[in-house]
Parts: sequence; structure tokens; C-alpha cells
Amino acid sequence: MSEEFHSAIVAPRGIWWRPAHKQEKRWIIISFIWCMILFAMMPLWHVRGGQNPTGIRAKVSPEDFVARTNRFIEEFKVGEESGLPVVQPPPGADIYLLARMWQWTPVLKLKKDTQYTLHLSSADINHGFSLFPINVNIQVVPGYDYGLRVTPNSTGDFRIICNEFCGIGHHIMVGKVLVEE
Amino acid sequence: MNTESQSLSANFRTCSITGIRVDKKAELLIKVNAVVAVVCFLVGVLAALGLVLTRWQAIHLLPAPYYYRFLTAHGLNMLIFFIIFFEMAVLYFAGPVVLNSRLPAPKVGWLAFLLMVAGAVLVNVMVFSGKADVLFTSYPPLKADPNYYLGIILFAVGALIVCGIFFASLVVAKREKSYEGSVPLVTFGALTAAIIAVISLLHGAAIYIPTWLWSMDVMGMDPQLYRLIWWGLGHSSQQINVAAMVSVWYLLAGLTVGGVVLNEKISRTAFVLYVLFISMASAHHLLVDPGMGPAWKVWNTSYAMYLAVLASMIHGFTVPAGIELGQRLRGFTNGTFEWLRKAPWTDPGFSGLVLSVIIFGFLGGITGVTIGTEQINIMAHNTLRIPGHFHVTVVGGTALAFMAVTYYVLPLIFQKRVAFWAMAKVQPYVFAAGITLMSMSMTFMGIFGVPRRQWDITGSQAPFPIEFHPAVNLLQAFFGIGGLIAALGGLMFIACAVVTVFFGKKVTAQSIANGESGLPQGVLNLPSQTHEGSMVSRVHKGGTPGTVILVFIFLACFVVYYFVNWKLLSFLWKIG
Repeated sequence: MSEEFHSAIVAPRGIWWRPAHKQEKRWIIISFIWCMILFAMMPLWHVRGGQNPTGIRAKVSPEDFVARTNRFIEEFKVGEESGLPVVQPPPGADIYLLARMWQWTPVLKLKKDTQYTLHLSSADINHGFSLFPINVNIQVVPGYDYGLRVTPNSTGDFRIICNEFCGIGHHIMVGKVLVEE
Repeated sequence: MNTESQSLSANFRTCSITGIRVDKKAELLIKVNAVVAVVCFLVGVLAALGLVLTRWQAIHLLPAPYYYRFLTAHGLNMLIFFIIFFEMAVLYFAGPVVLNSRLPAPKVGWLAFLLMVAGAVLVNVMVFSGKADVLFTSYPPLKADPNYYLGIILFAVGALIVCGIFFASLVVAKREKSYEGSVPLVTFGALTAAIIAVISLLHGAAIYIPTWLWSMDVMGMDPQLYRLIWWGLGHSSQQINVAAMVSVWYLLAGLTVGGVVLNEKISRTAFVLYVLFISMASAHHLLVDPGMGPAWKVWNTSYAMYLAVLASMIHGFTVPAGIELGQRLRGFTNGTFEWLRKAPWTDPGFSGLVLSVIIFGFLGGITGVTIGTEQINIMAHNTLRIPGHFHVTVVGGTALAFMAVTYYVLPLIFQKRVAFWAMAKVQPYVFAAGITLMSMSMTFMGIFGVPRRQWDITGSQAPFPIEFHPAVNLLQAFFGIGGLIAALGGLMFIACAVVTVFFGKKVTAQSIANGESGLPQGVLNLPSQTHEGSMVSRVHKGGTPGTVILVFIFLACFVVYYFVNWKLLSFLWKIG
């Protein structure tokens, strides 16, 4: 039986639903298995891995979130730095970090290997929480409270860079997190 | 009756190279859309120069407001205007021209074109007058002038109309029996691109019309809902590019080396997978957003278990294998790689095709699937890894494929010999090298936590300074040099295209017979587009051993990169 091949600008005639070459079939099967592995990794990491963007998600008005942050600052404030309050919450506490043009409030003082619930939201527009140099990046959307359970695993002086464009002062929006033993 | 058919035939010319009957009205629309695409590309390249020279912190050229303005203009002109105008030309080509048919409703085509031009001009006026410093994504509550949103709506309506004309041209061709059998694969691929375009543009209407009203204070706008629906346009429109680019790959494979379709069933099924699943990919922009839960994120970011990735992996095999088989049928049967060694590497149509496949697959595909994984996205979201990824898909992949096909469009459709032919021959290499160097540098900077869309990363005016790893300085230099090389490659392309269109020498039977410069080898001597006989079966039985080796190298890179990223992720703070 003679076969016929043509390029992609030629209209195929007759029945073209024909069996593929075995090399092609094998590649498709292997690709399919690889795709299933790619898929399985995500649910698996929810069960076995330590880094998942699940969180506690809720709606919150910007006014309410500002009020919650202010209450949190009042309760646990230990000092000031660069005009920003420094807050040291107890282990396991709900902590509030407010993003607004162009400031992260407050400065956080945390303990290593201790879990906190970090609430992120914005008072005005979208911002991006980027913990530097750990490289944890979370979207901050006004009207939404994202409560992430975080456990610092190293001590140090970390930055929070805003990585969602938020206007002309975007580049001065740098916050700070201190983690101690 | 007779006069009618005469007047009809006056609307056509028969291409002396391919033998295709070309509707002159379709041809003119291909020309104007392609020319405007190149103009938008020029605006995009000039803006890109400003961006590269600003983000390269050692130079830091533009002041902050201009940086963000140029960034907005760069995104819109490249990702929307250039690419969609070009895709409109692809649709006019893949419909009436490939099918030997007439263009239905050419006047509507002109109306659509004018709407799109009006929209693009309005958007650019708004952006450059500083009334829309909202970047490409324009996330509310960040607000632009209402005319900015109106411009995008006009453009989208125009594009939607062209999709309608394309669908109509399929019906007309079928009814008037301008071809026998099924539509060619190129047209089939373009059809999937058009369907995805309709899906994307409807998302666009669903978000830009309310946003336009919101910008005039007529209604409210939820920031999270905007992000969800906007990405239904923002990402899906990139899938138009993927489907159009893969169609162009198949087209170029045939034109340059007589590349064949290995199996129509497999390639078409892969295109259908794009239509079915790829729109879900918009979810991977929202993986670290507060609005959606993990089940939604996992299911959608995987495009229903990565079936659209499967589609790309299939094309990643069938396109090179089609080239290999085509070359083997032309007699390059020695060893595993003679077909590749003896390929026409000085034909920019061919080199651009191969570089596009490699850059899109190896760099774009692997990085994209990896950073689009729900948890790995924590390390990548809004860092330079994101633009590092999409500059190798949309630019090194799609734009390069479109450049490569332009070197065939100029002689075949414009019927002009390509100007600056010596420069055209190296242009794909220059552009590919620049984009690769730039994007890889961006990806590595992103791994060090460098944010995207940021005028100044030093924090020099911030309350707390930021000290990056010293490697970032070096990477910035690579990024800057790569960006400049890529811009040079882009300008080389523009110079060739513009000078050819306006001052190029006419292609004549004489110039083809003499093999004059400015004509790619596929035009001088079109490879056979069909193969039959016993030799064909024998060659086919031997398969495509070279491609098999190449795809397994690809898979190995993919596996390593993917799991290295999971390992990196495990070092982070615990988050849940």
C-alpha cells in the first residue's frame, strides 16, 4: 500500500482519520503521563508540602481592614522606625499588614519557628506583597482579606517590596519584617 | 452569466509560484493589516528601548512617570495591536487565499480595519498624553480616562468582525467548492485561533464595557472580579497567538522544506484541545489571589489536567517531525541528523521557524508550565520571572514566527523582493539571541526576587534600602545587552519590511529564474507539497529518529527544571 503525504496548505482528501506512527503514539502517551504528574504534584503538595497559597479568604471593606490594623498596632506596638510603628505580636497571633499608597504598615517583629496568621489587604488599590529575599509573593487586593498561616524558618531583617504597580510612588513602597530567635 | 464570471475573474490573480488563486480584495486587506502591525511593532520597539535602558539600573534613563507610560504603551502595542493586526492578516490569508476562494463582504473587512485603527490610535493618544498610566492590565481601582477603555472596545469589536468574516469565508469556500476534501491544516489551525479569539474578545467585552462605565462613575467595579474576567481576555488572547503561531509553523515547514503533516488526526485533535481547555489558563494569573480557593486554582491552572500542555507537546513533536520527514522525502536520509544539517539555514523563513520552535518550547513552555503551578507561583508571581517567561513565548515564539513568515509574505503577497537581503538572512538569529539573553536574565533576576514593573529596585528613596545579591548587577548587564540586541533585531526586521513594501523591486518570472537576491529559497524553488509512491512508505516506516532524540532532550530539561523549582519552594517559610 502506498502512502500519501502532503504539507499543511494542501486540503486532505478522503479519510484522514488514520492510525499514527508508533513513535508519535509513544510520545503522546509519555506526554500524557507527564501531564498527569504535573497535575498530581499540586494536590500532593497540599497534603505533603509546606507552601500553599490556601489561606483564610474573606471579604473586608478597606475601612474595616484599616481599623483592624490600627487596633492590632495599638495592642502590640513596641517602638517606631522610620516613622512607622514597630509591632511585636505574641506567637500564634493574627497579624495585620496594611498596604496603601505607598507604605506597608506596620513593621513586624516575629519569632523564628512560630506560626502566625498574616492578614493582607489594601486600603486603596492593588498591591503586591513580596517578602525579600525569601521570595514569597502574594497579591493584595482591596476589599479582600487574605489570611495566610506563615512560619518563619530563619532569622534576619527582611524587606517587603511592593510588586504590583500602584502608581508613581510604587518604588518607595518598601516595608520591613524582623525575625528573631 | 458570462460577464459575471469575467468580472469575478478580474478580482483574482493566480500566484505564479504556488498556483493559488488569490482574491485581490483579500490580498489588499492582508497588506494593510500587516503594514499597520509593523507600525505598531515599531512603536513597541521604541518604547522597549526606553524600558531596557531604564531597568538597567546602571543607566536608569527615564524618569518614573515616563517609565510607566512607556511600559503601558509597550504592552499594548506589542501584545495587542501588533500581534492582533498581524493575526487579522493571517485570517485573511488562511481563509480565502489558502482555500482558493473569494473574500465575502470586503467592505465589512474595511469597516473592521478602520475600527481597529481608530481604537489603536485612541489608546495610544490616551497613553502618551498621560491619561492612562495604568499599565497593560489596568487593574481597578486604578483608573484611566474613559476614552482609553473606549479605544480598546473599538479595537476588539473590529477584531471580532474580522473573525466573523473568516468564518463566513469558510462557508463560502465550502459552498462554492473552491477546494475538495477537508480544509488544509493551516486553515484548521487558524480556525481554532479565530474561535479562541471570539472567546477572548467576549471576555474583553464583558470586562471593558463595565470598566468603561465605571470610569465614568456609572457603576461600581469589584477589583477581584475584574482580575478574574480581565484575564479571560488577557491570557486567552495569548492563546490566539499560540494557535496562530503553530499554524504559521506548519505553513512555514511546508513552504521552506516541504515539511509534511505527519498525521492529520493527531495535529487537528491537538488544536481542538487548545479550544477546549486553553481559556482556563487565565487562572494561573490568580494563583496567589485572595478571591479563589485551592480546588478552583488547581483545576483551572492545570487547564483541566494539563490537556492544553499535552496539545503543545504534541505540536512540539509533529512540527519538527514533519520537517524531518519532509527533508527525508527530499533525499536527506543519511544518519539521524542530515535533514537538520543540510536544512536551508540561510533562509530567514526557515531559521526563524526553527528558532521560534526551540525558544517557544524549550524556554517558554518549560518556564510557563513551571511558574504556572499553584504553589511554585508563590516564588514567581509578579517577579521578573513572569516577563522573562512571556518574552520567550510571545516574542521569541510568536513574534519571531510572524517575522519568519513575513519573509515569505513579502514575495508571495506583496510580490516584492525582500530589501536588504543579507541583513534579512541574519535577522532571525540576532533577534532570537537578544530575546533569549534578555529573557533568561529576567528569569534569573526573578529568582533573586527582583520585581517586574518597577522603576527603581534599589529602594534608594524608600524608608528601607534593598540590597540585592551581587549577581543581580551582572544579570542586569546581560539583560540590558540582550534587550538592546533584541531591539536591534526588531529594527532590522522593520527596515527590511518597510523598505520592501514601499521601495521593493517587483518579483517577476525573470527574477525567479535568475535566482535574484531578496527571494527565499522556498520561493525560488517551492518544495513539493505532496508526496506519493512506494518510496514514501519506506521513508515513513523509518520514522523520524532525529526528532525523537530532540523531544526526549526537551522532556529531560522539563523534568529537571520542574523538580528543581519544587526543591527551591521547599526552602521557603511555611505558608498555608
